[in-house]
Amino acid sequence: MRGIEVRLEGLSKHFGRVVALRSLDLEVRAGEMVAFLGPSGCGKTTTLLLVAGIYRPTTGAIYFGDRRVDGLHPRDRDVGMVFQSYALYPHLTLFENIAFPLRLKRRPEAEVRAKVSQTAELLGIGHVLDRRPGQVSGGQQQRAALARALVKEPQVLLLDEPLSNLDAQIRLQARAEIRRLQRDLGVTTILVTHDQAEALAMADRVAVFSTGEVQQYATPLELYQRPQNTFVAGFVGHPPMNVVRGRLEGGTFEADGWRCRVPRVSYRGEGYLGVRPEDLRVGGEVEARVLVAETLGREQLVTVRVGATELKLLAAQADGFAADSVVKLDIPPDRVHLFDAAGRRIG
Amino acid sequence: MPLLPVRWRWLVASGFLLCAPIVAGMAWLVLTALFDRVHGLVPAGPLAPENWAFVGSPSVGGRPPAVVALLNSVLFSFAVAAVEIVVASMAAYAISRLHFPGRSLYLAVVLVLHAFPAVSLLIAIFYILRVLGLFDTLVGVILVKTALELPLGIWLMKGFFDFLSWEMEMAALVDGMSRWGVFWKVALPMVRPGLLALGTFALLSAWGEFILPFTLIVSSRSWTLATYLQSFLTEAFTDFGMVAAVGLFYALPVLVLFGLGQRYLLNLYGGGVKG
Repeated sequence: MRGIEVRLEGLSKHFGRVVALRSLDLEVRAGEMVAFLGPSGCGKTTTLLLVAGIYRPTTGAIYFGDRRVDGLHPRDRDVGMVFQSYALYPHLTLFENIAFPLRLKRRPEAEVRAKVSQTAELLGIGHVLDRRPGQVSGGQQQRAALARALVKEPQVLLLDEPLSNLDAQIRLQARAEIRRLQRDLGVTTILVTHDQAEALAMADRVAVFSTGEVQQYATPLELYQRPQNTFVAGFVGHPPMNVVRGRLEGGTFEADGWRCRVPRVSYRGEGYLGVRPEDLRVGGEVEARVLVAETLGREQLVTVRVGATELKLLAAQADGFAADSVVKLDIPPDRVHLFDAAGRRIG
Repeated sequence: MPLLPVRWRWLVASGFLLCAPIVAGMAWLVLTALFDRVHGLVPAGPLAPENWAFVGSPSVGGRPPAVVALLNSVLFSFAVAAVEIVVASMAAYAISRLHFPGRSLYLAVVLVLHAFPAVSLLIAIFYILRVLGLFDTLVGVILVKTALELPLGIWLMKGFFDFLSWEMEMAALVDGMSRWGVFWKVALPMVRPGLLALGTFALLSAWGEFILPFTLIVSSRSWTLATYLQSFLTEAFTDFGMVAAVGLFYALPVLVLFGLGQRYLLNLYGGGVKG
C-alpha cells in the first residue's frame, strides 16, 4: 500500500448563504499524516467530506497525485474513511462489515476471506469477527471501522474524530496504534479532530482551522513555538497561552497598568503580547497579586492579576502561592510572542 | 411480569369495563352468525348453517359471488399497501435527505392534504376518474385510496429516515455504493420496522374502506367485501343472521393475518423505534 499526494486548490464550500469553507489551498505529501484541528463548525469536517466526495466543492479542485478527483463519485476515489460513530452496519457481523467494500467490488470469495482475516489480525480483532457490532466493545468497534477502511488498501485514509468515542485510557493506546499502522502502511492520512493533544501527538503536520479558513499549517512543534496569529496562539497548547492586548513601543509592551521589556521590533502601536504559562517565572520586576492556585498534580496552575490583566502561570508544586500574596513576575523577553493589531505574528 | 401495585388495580379494572361494550358487540356478531336466534348474548336456537349459504351461492340478488368480493378486497388492500410503501418511502427519503427547492413547502402541502376529509373530495374524484377512464375500476379506487393515505405514510417514513445516521450512508458511499444502492441496501433495511408498520396500517385501512369503493364502483364484479356487506343491509327484509355471518366473513381474513403475524407485529410495536 503506497500513499499518494493530496492537493486542494482554491477549495470552497457554501451551504446556501453559509460559507463553510473559504478558498483553501493545502497539500498533503504522499504517506504523510496530517491533522485538521479546530473548534466545531470551523470547516475541518467539511473539508474532509469534500476530499471523500460526499460533498461537491462550490469552487476549487482536488487532486490525488496528478488525477483530478473533485468531479468523481466517492467509490472512484479510492479512499478509506473512519467515522466518529464508526457507522458499522448493525445487522452484519464484523467479518461482513469489513468485507463490505470488497464485496461491492465483486472480489472472489477466497480473496475476500484472506484480506479480511489479514486486516483483522493486523488490528487484533481476529477472534471477534463472527460477532455483530453491538456485541463487541467500543475499542473493537473502532478497530473494525478502521479495518473496513483499510481492507481495500486505499491510497488515502480519512479519519473523522476516530477516537472521540473511546475511553481516555484506550484512546491513548489507539492513538499510538493508528500512528504506527499508518507509518507501516505508508497510506496518506487526514485526521480531523478537535483535540489538540491528539493532533499534535499523531500528525506530521497540523492545519489549524477557524471560521472556514486555515490559520496555520505547520509541524506540531512549529505551531507551538511560532504561532502565526493570536487564534493559533490561544488554541494550541494546554493550558492556553496568555494573550494580552496593549501597546508596542520600541522595546517595551505596555498594558493596562503595567509594562514589560520585549524584543525590539519595528512595529509600533496597538498589538498583543503572548506568553505561555510554562514560560512565566517568579523573580522578575513585574508585580502581581495571586488570585488562586490550582493543583494539577505534577505542577500547579496559578492565576495572578497584573494591573487589570489576569495571567496564568505554571509553577512547581513545591512553590508556595498564598492567595492575595504579592509576587514578582519574570516575563522572559526571548519567550514572548508579539502580534500586531490584527493579531498577526510580528518577527 | 411484575404485579401491579394495588392502587392501580382499579385502573385496570375500569379499563376492562370500558372495553366491555366492544367485546359484547363482537360476541353478538359471532353468536348471531352461528345460531338461529339469540336473546341478548344467549343463543336461543339451534345452529344455523343457512346463515352461511352466501359463501357458496354463485350470486344472490345482483351481488357477485362472495369469493369474488373477497378476492377484490384482498387485491385492493395489498395493492394499496404495496404502492403506498414504495411511494411513501421514496418520497420520505427524498424529503429527509435531499435538499431541493420547495422542500419545506412540499412538506407543508402534504400535511394540509392529509387534513382534507376524503368525503369532501368525492365529487371531484368522481369527475377525475371519469375523465381518466378509471371510474368503476378497481385500479381507479386503488389509486385514490393510496393517494389519500400517502401523506400520513410520507410523514411516518420521514420520521424513520430522519432517525437514521447520516454517517452510515456516507460510509456506504465511500465503500463503493451508488446513491441508489445506499437507499435500497442501507437505508431501507434499517427502516424495516417502519415499512412493516406502514404496510400494516395501509392494509387495515384499505380493508376497512367503504365509502370509496361504494361511490366509485358500480359493477358488482368489482365490489369489495365492504360494499358486498352493505348490500345486505339495504334489503327490504334484513336477515341479521346472514348480515352477521357476512360481517364475520369480512373480519376473518384480518384476524387470520394477525394470528399468523402476531409475534412479528408485537415486536414491531414494542421495538419499532429502536432502529
